[in-house]
Amino acid sequence: MSAGDARREPGTATIPAAMKADDAHLDRLEAEAIHVFREAAAQFRQPVLLYSIGKDSSVLLHLARKAFHPARIPFPLLHIDTGWKFREMYAFRDRVARELGLRLIVHVNEEGRARGINPLDHGAALHTEVMKTEALRQALALHGFDAAIGGARRDEERSRAKERVFSVRHAGQRWDPRRQRPEFWELLNGRLGPGETMRVFPLSDWTELDVWLYVRREGIEVVPLYFAKERPVVEHQGALIVLDDPRFADRFGPVRLERVRFRSLGCWPLSGAIRSDADTLDALIAEQFASRHSERQGRLIDHDEAASMERKKREGYF
Amino acid sequence: MSAVPASPPAPALPPLRLAIIGSVDDGKSTLLGRLLADCGLVPEDQWQALLAECRRRGLPEGEIEYAWLNDGLEAEREQGITIDVAWRYFRTARRVFIVADCPGHEQYTRNMASGLSRAELAVLLIDASRGVTRQTLRHLRIAALFGVPGVLLAVNKMDRVGFSRERFEELVAPLAALARELRIPRLEAIPIAAREGENLLRPSARLPWHGGPSLLAFLESYRVPPPAREAARLAVSLVLRAEPEFRGYAGTLAGGGIALGDEVVVLPSGQRSRVAEIRRGFAAVPRAGAGDAVVLRLADERDVGRGDVIAAARAPLAVADQFAAQLLWLDEEPLLPGRRYWLRLATLEVGAQVTEIRHRIEIESGQRLAARRLEAGEIAHLHLAADRPIPFAPFAEERPFGAFLLVDRERGATVAAGAIEYALRRATNVHWQPVALGAEARARIKGQRPRCLWFTGLPAAGKSTVADLLEQRLHALGYHTMLLDGDNLRHGLNRDLGFTPEDRVENIRRVAEVARLMCEAGLIVLVSLVSPYRADRAMARSLFRAGEFVEVFVDVPPEVAAARDPKGLYAKARAGLIPNFTGVNAPYEPPEAPEIRLPAAEEPPERLAERVLAYLLEGSPR
Ligand SMILES: Nc1nc2c(ncn2[C@@H]2O[C@H](COP(=O)(O)OP(=O)(O)O)[C@@H](O)[C@H]2O)c(=O)[nH]1
Repeated sequence: MSAGDARREPGTATIPAAMKADDAHLDRLEAEAIHVFREAAAQFRQPVLLYSIGKDSSVLLHLARKAFHPARIPFPLLHIDTGWKFREMYAFRDRVARELGLRLIVHVNEEGRARGINPLDHGAALHTEVMKTEALRQALALHGFDAAIGGARRDEERSRAKERVFSVRHAGQRWDPRRQRPEFWELLNGRLGPGETMRVFPLSDWTELDVWLYVRREGIEVVPLYFAKERPVVEHQGALIVLDDPRFADRFGPVRLERVRFRSLGCWPLSGAIRSDADTLDALIAEQFASRHSERQGRLIDHDEAASMERKKREGYF
Repeated sequence: MSAVPASPPAPALPPLRLAIIGSVDDGKSTLLGRLLADCGLVPEDQWQALLAECRRRGLPEGEIEYAWLNDGLEAEREQGITIDVAWRYFRTARRVFIVADCPGHEQYTRNMASGLSRAELAVLLIDASRGVTRQTLRHLRIAALFGVPGVLLAVNKMDRVGFSRERFEELVAPLAALARELRIPRLEAIPIAAREGENLLRPSARLPWHGGPSLLAFLESYRVPPPAREAARLAVSLVLRAEPEFRGYAGTLAGGGIALGDEVVVLPSGQRSRVAEIRRGFAAVPRAGAGDAVVLRLADERDVGRGDVIAAARAPLAVADQFAAQLLWLDEEPLLPGRRYWLRLATLEVGAQVTEIRHRIEIESGQRLAARRLEAGEIAHLHLAADRPIPFAPFAEERPFGAFLLVDRERGATVAAGAIEYALRRATNVHWQPVALGAEARARIKGQRPRCLWFTGLPAAGKSTVADLLEQRLHALGYHTMLLDGDNLRHGLNRDLGFTPEDRVENIRRVAEVARLMCEAGLIVLVSLVSPYRADRAMARSLFRAGEFVEVFVDVPPEVAAARDPKGLYAKARAGLIPNFTGVNAPYEPPEAPEIRLPAAEEPPERLAERVLAYLLEGSPR
């Protein structure tokens, strides 16, 4: 029997029936994430929250505030800035940090910047290695953080599907997927051996859809780039790139206006937009239910090689 | 683009946490991949990537290896095996599923167990043509140990046995009997052919004799037995302080709900109070339920810290320090009774040791076998002693307070996962009864402070020589002393012990206990013992009060010790005549922070003894 004939038609016919259970499910995901935050705060000497401005970071920040309320979040936020984020992202980051009175550390790999590393001349792989992975290693070492709390979800990508909630990094922030510390029940073991640090993932069990349902339920603000709008786009290596600033404008083909939005945000030359009319949360969630594509399809950095995410993670990527 | 229909769907059950388990190649990854594909839940780009991979790796036209949808690590795809759990999330028209696709290799039992521990239903695959394997039984036993409330036997590859009903029944019967014996509350069985998609979404025409539901229909309608509801308990994760004068206890409620004004008791201290405030997220609320992450404030000033439990006063948890437990050993280094570990239970961490392995369970036969150590993947019943009384509940009654980990004190690694069965001795009186005449009183009459001077170092480093000289000096100064020499004790107290790792641990434990008793009697005790492992010296140290234990590292380079070799032991060991000889064919772990380090290659023993004496006199003037 071939695969095709038995496959159910995707989309609304199969999906929204579970909606009723969603609220209880979100409650449970929220409580579990808060438990992870509190355990991290209790067990590590100097944790930090990796804040990358996207929807997952917005949810992560909201959960952190809930976890410690009415006390303040007992650790700073760290943004690894590549210098190539969308302008709307920078504006959003600075306003959120100001309004919530957060301690925000912005780290740039100055050595990489001095060398002029950028995604267009050097390619996604090198840019990511130098300006993200290397920059993150620098920042963690510079401030002596022993735990980095991030918003990665297991449903994002297949090597992420293998992550623990408390995930040990060996010397040099390296992930060894063949030798992960086992994890049982809700018992989180934050003990570290010599040279080790921890990555902590409170959103491990959340799906992309859970994130959006939670954003809607809690009224969490996200960067407007997630909603459809007419934006100046160019076709580039099979992706729709939104031109965000005038750097390297000459590298791209003709610019046209299209109604697009993003499912996942990163550096603008590496983030593929999707054509969409979803300009409200309800419309976005409906589109999400019906989607036949994975969230990271637009990300150029994942297409370099078959197992690229795993390689980057082993080297210390987020 | 269609919108979400407004009409309410059929009543949906809560999400289901599944673990797919079973032996290598029984079809776990195939089942999950095929299920996702048939439900139309594989994203288009991933589907295309899979088709491309099947072509690239030379599969016959039209054939698809669904397992590759889940094996996410490079090594897994290269070797065609699953190494670690892959977590998958999917939703059908009726239900949300959180799935742990677990590895089947014995070598990766710890990963499989990680995926299984939180499952509400374990789907245990069996290859109908190959039958029940050792791993099938191991996985079923671990499911029972971890209290998984239900098991579904998915008898796979029915195409290979002609969809035979007899074969199906012959496989299921003994497993159903074993499940009953292991007290697994519910066990069901369904025949499938995962790769062919038979009986996954819809009943299969090739299995007309199977009256039950398809696999997916079963999963969509499976009701998780609710956990026994006890009274409310909150394991304190964190104490939160905020202006003005806010002091709240953060944690996740278990067991039952709590309301304002409820009377509570703090464990293990036993202090009582009432709930003055309940916060959930940003709001103060009048009540909260099991599973909620909350912050509680109490009506009275109480000394509450991380690891304490706030429990409903009408039904508090018991408190004890010695337990009978069952556990799964995970580490490459064996479990040795007497070694010290961290015990993690709820939000608490205390020092603990396994005092006795009662027996280990043979995986296939279930036989109880005597054991002096445990290897990775073995299950055993044993006795556990915590350093102090802790609040707990039997695992079978309240999982959150009966589930525990053992953690290696050097590496921080999680080395065991277990379940408390019952307390061996309840700490009925939580506060220790002070003995009228204490160690201090006994020492005072001798005009000294009791100490344990623990000389550690390579064989022939000079431990006994220095200890001997020091004792003579102390004696001359009028101190009451006792010298315990490792070699001499082996002729009497420890003559039943050899030099295996287990015996070394026991040797050290006995010497340390004797030294502790002598300290209680007020003596200055000098112990001369190679004691090569840090964990064992830490165990010895933990028996003493702060400041009482003085680790003296007699430090010589191995070449120097070997050259001295007064008893000719190094020579013999190198000739292979002495197995496990420290410094030759067994390791020595030097202390990281000894109270005193003696440079024994550079200075004569008299100088070294003076150094220790100076240290003692500095701290304890007469
Ligand atoms: N004939 C037959 N082969 C199957 C069936 N299900 C799985 N297989 C094959 O069994 C092999 C092992 O499957 P896999 O899913 O990797 O097993 P796992 O180790 O349990 O995850 C693969 O080659 C599958 O194609 C089935 O129902 N019938």
